[in-house]
Amino acid sequence: MEALVFILSLVDCCTLIFMAVYFIITLSDLECDYINARACCSKLNKWIVPELVALGFVTLLMLVSMHWFIFLLNLPITAWNIYRYLAVPCGNVGVFDPTEIHNRGQLKTHMKEAMIKLGFHLLCFFIYLYSMILALIND
Amino acid sequence: MQQPLSTGHGAPLQNSSTAPEHHQQMPNKAPLVPMAGQYDFNYYQNNYQAPVHNIIRPPLCPTSLGAPQGPGQMYTALPLNPNLTSARPQLDPTFVSAPPQGGYVPSGGHYPGQVPYNVPSQSTTQGIPPHSSSYPGFSYHPAMPAFNTHYNAPLTSQTFHPPTSQPLVGVLPSHVKPLPETVQRPAQGSFQPYPAGNTTASWHPSPGASMPAPTNPTAAVSSTNSQTSAGPPLSMPHNINQSYLPDRAKVATLPVVGAPLARQQPPLADPPVSTSASPASASRAQEGMHYGYVANNQVNSAPSPLSSTSDDEDDDDEAGVDSSSSSSSSTNTSLPNNYDALEGGSYQDSAPSATTAPAPSDPHPLKSTKPFGYAYPTLQPAYQNVAASSQSVGPPTGQGYSPGPQHFAQPFSSVNQLSSTMEGLTFRNNRKAEALRQVSLLQERNILPPVPILSPQSNLSPELKKLNCSPDLFRCTLMNIPQTQTLLNKAKLPLGLLLHPFRDLTHLPVITSSTIVRCRTCRTYINPFVSFLDQRRWKCNLCYRVNDVPEEFMYNPLTRSYGEPHKRPEVQTATVEFIASSDYMLRPPQPAVYLFVFDVSHNAVESGYLNICCQSLLENFDKLPGDSRTRIGFITFDSTVHFFNLQEGLSQPQMLIVSDIEDIFIPTPDSLMVNLHESKELIKDLLKVLPTMFTSTRETHSALGPALQAAFKLMSATGGRISVFQTQLPSIGVGRLLSREDPNQRSTTKGVQHLAPATDFYKKFALDCSGQQVAVDLFLLSGQYTDMASLACMSKYSAGSVFYYPSFHHIHNPAQVEKFQKDLKRYLIRKIGFEAVMRIRCTKGLSIHTFHGNFFVRSTDLLSLANINPDSGFTVQMSIEESLVDTSIVCFQAALLYTSSKGERRIRVHTLCLPVVNSVADVYAGADVQAITCLLATMAVDRSVSSSLSDARDALVNAVVDSLSAYRSTVSNLQRSVLVAPNSLRLFPLYILALLKQQAFRTGTSTRLDERVFAMCEMKTQPLIHLMLTIHPNLYRIDNLPDEGSITVGDKAIPQPPVMQLSAEKLSKEGAFLMDCGSVMYLWIGKNCSSNFISEVLGFPNHASIPQNMTQLPELNTVLSQRTSSFVSWLRDSRPFLSILYIVKDDSPMRANFFQRLVEDRSESALSYYEFLLHIQQQISK
Repeated sequence: MEALVFILSLVDCCTLIFMAVYFIITLSDLECDYINARACCSKLNKWIVPELVALGFVTLLMLVSMHWFIFLLNLPITAWNIYRYLAVPCGNVGVFDPTEIHNRGQLKTHMKEAMIKLGFHLLCFFIYLYSMILALIND
Repeated sequence: MQQPLSTGHGAPLQNSSTAPEHHQQMPNKAPLVPMAGQYDFNYYQNNYQAPVHNIIRPPLCPTSLGAPQGPGQMYTALPLNPNLTSARPQLDPTFVSAPPQGGYVPSGGHYPGQVPYNVPSQSTTQGIPPHSSSYPGFSYHPAMPAFNTHYNAPLTSQTFHPPTSQPLVGVLPSHVKPLPETVQRPAQGSFQPYPAGNTTASWHPSPGASMPAPTNPTAAVSSTNSQTSAGPPLSMPHNINQSYLPDRAKVATLPVVGAPLARQQPPLADPPVSTSASPASASRAQEGMHYGYVANNQVNSAPSPLSSTSDDEDDDDEAGVDSSSSSSSSTNTSLPNNYDALEGGSYQDSAPSATTAPAPSDPHPLKSTKPFGYAYPTLQPAYQNVAASSQSVGPPTGQGYSPGPQHFAQPFSSVNQLSSTMEGLTFRNNRKAEALRQVSLLQERNILPPVPILSPQSNLSPELKKLNCSPDLFRCTLMNIPQTQTLLNKAKLPLGLLLHPFRDLTHLPVITSSTIVRCRTCRTYINPFVSFLDQRRWKCNLCYRVNDVPEEFMYNPLTRSYGEPHKRPEVQTATVEFIASSDYMLRPPQPAVYLFVFDVSHNAVESGYLNICCQSLLENFDKLPGDSRTRIGFITFDSTVHFFNLQEGLSQPQMLIVSDIEDIFIPTPDSLMVNLHESKELIKDLLKVLPTMFTSTRETHSALGPALQAAFKLMSATGGRISVFQTQLPSIGVGRLLSREDPNQRSTTKGVQHLAPATDFYKKFALDCSGQQVAVDLFLLSGQYTDMASLACMSKYSAGSVFYYPSFHHIHNPAQVEKFQKDLKRYLIRKIGFEAVMRIRCTKGLSIHTFHGNFFVRSTDLLSLANINPDSGFTVQMSIEESLVDTSIVCFQAALLYTSSKGERRIRVHTLCLPVVNSVADVYAGADVQAITCLLATMAVDRSVSSSLSDARDALVNAVVDSLSAYRSTVSNLQRSVLVAPNSLRLFPLYILALLKQQAFRTGTSTRLDERVFAMCEMKTQPLIHLMLTIHPNLYRIDNLPDEGSITVGDKAIPQPPVMQLSAEKLSKEGAFLMDCGSVMYLWIGKNCSSNFISEVLGFPNHASIPQNMTQLPELNTVLSQRTSSFVSWLRDSRPFLSILYIVKDDSPMRANFFQRLVEDRSESALSYYEFLLHIQQQISK
């Protein structure tokens, strides 16, 4: 059971890592002017909800399986994602708004955020991996 | 801008074929040259020495113009006169007789595109009947008088500071007074002899005749007025420019003299000098003038032939022909012999006079005079190596100057130079000292200068300053750029650029060249601030890459010689326009396409706007910018969407109704957008019946969203402009909105809600439009809340413009109706550019932080503008990313690539160069308080939308507190209680206070949400001059307008009353005061105002009988009335859109509006200026 939980979260974490990498690639494409802001934002906005779901899934899973430490680790970043999703003004196209992404260094902020997330997910990945192995051995 | 996006569409323009014609034009220019030099010089000095006199607003521009006059006058007094005068008559015959006309005409043929373009535009702009098109210079007669007026200002300045060259000094003062009258006469005399038609023809031809086949036809430079296309409202500036031209023409005689001389000199030695020598086309100058100068400068630098350039701008523009100034000049210089022949041939009569008498003396003077104070060795780095040699040879540019002064100057040349240099230095120091003079804000009560405020001068060397872009076009908040971000933070001032890139210009060098020279790394266009390492290589001033000079560029058509790339017009003017090749097109240039979307619901019909709108369209039908392909279409909507089939061949327009607004479709895709000319009659029929078609409608719903979708579908293939007229909240279909305004909250001091859009539909729609090169302009005519915040999005992100007419009603609100009519006219006929992109590049180390304005930001430095119009401005916040220690200047380049309404792809490039400084004091000295205020206003708008209004207000106050306390910390030994500001920032607190009391940011005063949001939109898109008026209005006392100091525009004398402080204590019951708030003017009549004024100006017997809702000044046949109305209309003419005039008495409803704008006074909810200062002081000493 324990092992199953961690295998699931490991898979989930992999998706999140891929997503973070995808965000970074797309944003840096925008930075280098390979794609335009509209295309970039519509691409990224599509993945905001899946990312949220994936994160929420892991968090919930940890809560349910009563892995408090990992749950608390995940909580802030999930909360941040939810907040960011809900805080989008109704006039904006999405979390990534093509009309504003070039303003006030938003692009850099997004980039930074994506980097931090990537780091976090990598960390989680190894935690899950370790926990999974541990669980398998214990079994 | 963008690099060649895709290739292949449309044939590239070919210069080479045209080149020959260009050569022919040479002669014209030649004569003008000297003058130009003069102008520049004078101008420069004026600016420099007596900044006060300079002008921000158009009217003042004349001053610069006036300056030239001075010299002209002087000449009469000088010994040269005889020659000159004699020369003129002689010239005439030659010109007239010259066969070249024929040659000229063909040239037109070569440029089919351009010719039509220029001609119409010109005629419209100038308002001068047909002949203007044939020859600009001469069409100006009417304008002539203009300079008299201008003159005043310049003169004074001149008298104050004796020009560097001795002769000038001596002469000027004496002439000062007589000038206005005398000047006019000579000028006219010289002009009149030439019939309009003849002149053009003769001038061009003369060169042609003499000219041998041009060797290097490749590059053709033309300065075209076409750009000016400005609608009537801008007439002011035009006049000015026009007036200027005559001067040159007058002077033209002189050039003849100069030309021969030039010939004698070694032609090539001079090149380097040109930069330095080019007389200052002071940045201040209005663009038109500016360009003129520059061109002239070029002329000067290149010995005789270059003079042609100056003319180019005038003639060519108007004539509509690409005159390659460069090419023409080239012919002369390169073939001196020919040139002789030329003179002998075409100029026979004139030649003798010129050469014989003036020649001997002139050559030297030219050299000596050139420096004129500021030309001293601080050459542009690029030119320095060359310069050294050239200088010794003798600056060629000098020739440009009028012979008169030169005579005198010659002997003292070296002394003059020296003294002038000194003067230049001292000026600079003085200026800086003046800018940094400590002003104790609490003690100095009258800090508002009585004349309009100018942008401060930078620390730039005079040579570069001369070349710099006009502050009307391109302005930086800090004229001295701090070296590092740390220094910038220390000064606590915002760094940003204010751009007005598509402003109507009267003179703009247009360059047709098969290769547009750009940096290979950063794609910067070559500009006056690059450095030439040697003849073959130039160093980019933005990224410092060393580039090769292309073969074609090596040839300088101006001098007709190789190896003078630094004299090409591209490197002589900071604002140029290139005709782009097909490399710059993604698809072939599209026709101009206009789609009008009218709201015809019950509410709309009630307001009666449709009638006015159709009327206006009918009247301006033929003036819509475009060519033979122009297309037009109409959509109306209420709860359904109606299309109009206007296919050629129909007997009458067909209306097609689509009621399925959930899934809108286009009933007959082909016949809804029709050719303007082919379906002319049908369209006119439609416009006539349209207002009557819906008179009995009962439909109250408005399906704006679906109508927009339909419009988009119609337009997406071609791009173009959608004009939406909306009178109520969209109530059904996509994009429907709900009323969000709570009328009880209008005057709350708590946070204002709903400044952000309610839905993203309009934003997405705008982005779709932007992607398809469609711009949406919104006209909102409504009494009720219409959610401007949401609706404006459709224009904001598609680079459209927003117009708002609150409480519009065709009967109840005649003032708004008049404004709507006038605005609509301007809107319909103003110049327009399609498929535009604007890229802003800046020196390495600087980066763009945020853009403000109406556009879509496509990438970090690229704005996508579906349409560009001459009335919109842009603001850019900058940040310093890397230290600028290893550079002494930074440059900004804005390049606007667009398709003209004639289907030509053009690139307009503006380059601004600013010095880098390393001390906080220098940063403060260069602070441009108006630009800073405007930049802060746009930032505050963003803040209030993204955060809250009170945040934005706090931020504004903090901006003042921070910068003043930062300044405080830089000056030592101050008492704690003294609130000081550098002189350059002395108006900062006042402007910020005014901003806090402006409609957009005020609290506590009842402000409708729509009006507030509209005011915010305006802040983002208005160019600086107009925005400043809406922030801090100008107050004049006009019940007794003085004659002294008045300027002359056209044949009218315009009084120039001093600007007064916006405080009720300045008002008096005995007076009448005009408050100019930009889009609105209030004329406040004091209770005891002299009955003389009331009867003579207003046409009423006494104060009591003035009606409450008077909005017009009657045209009465009294001196006072004429004077007053000429002043008011002069103010109105200086802006593109009509300012409503309200005549306000103490009992009229507008009274409150008037007194609210007295920003220095206390109101129930806001501080007075003095209290505000105290507040700031408190904050600082905390």
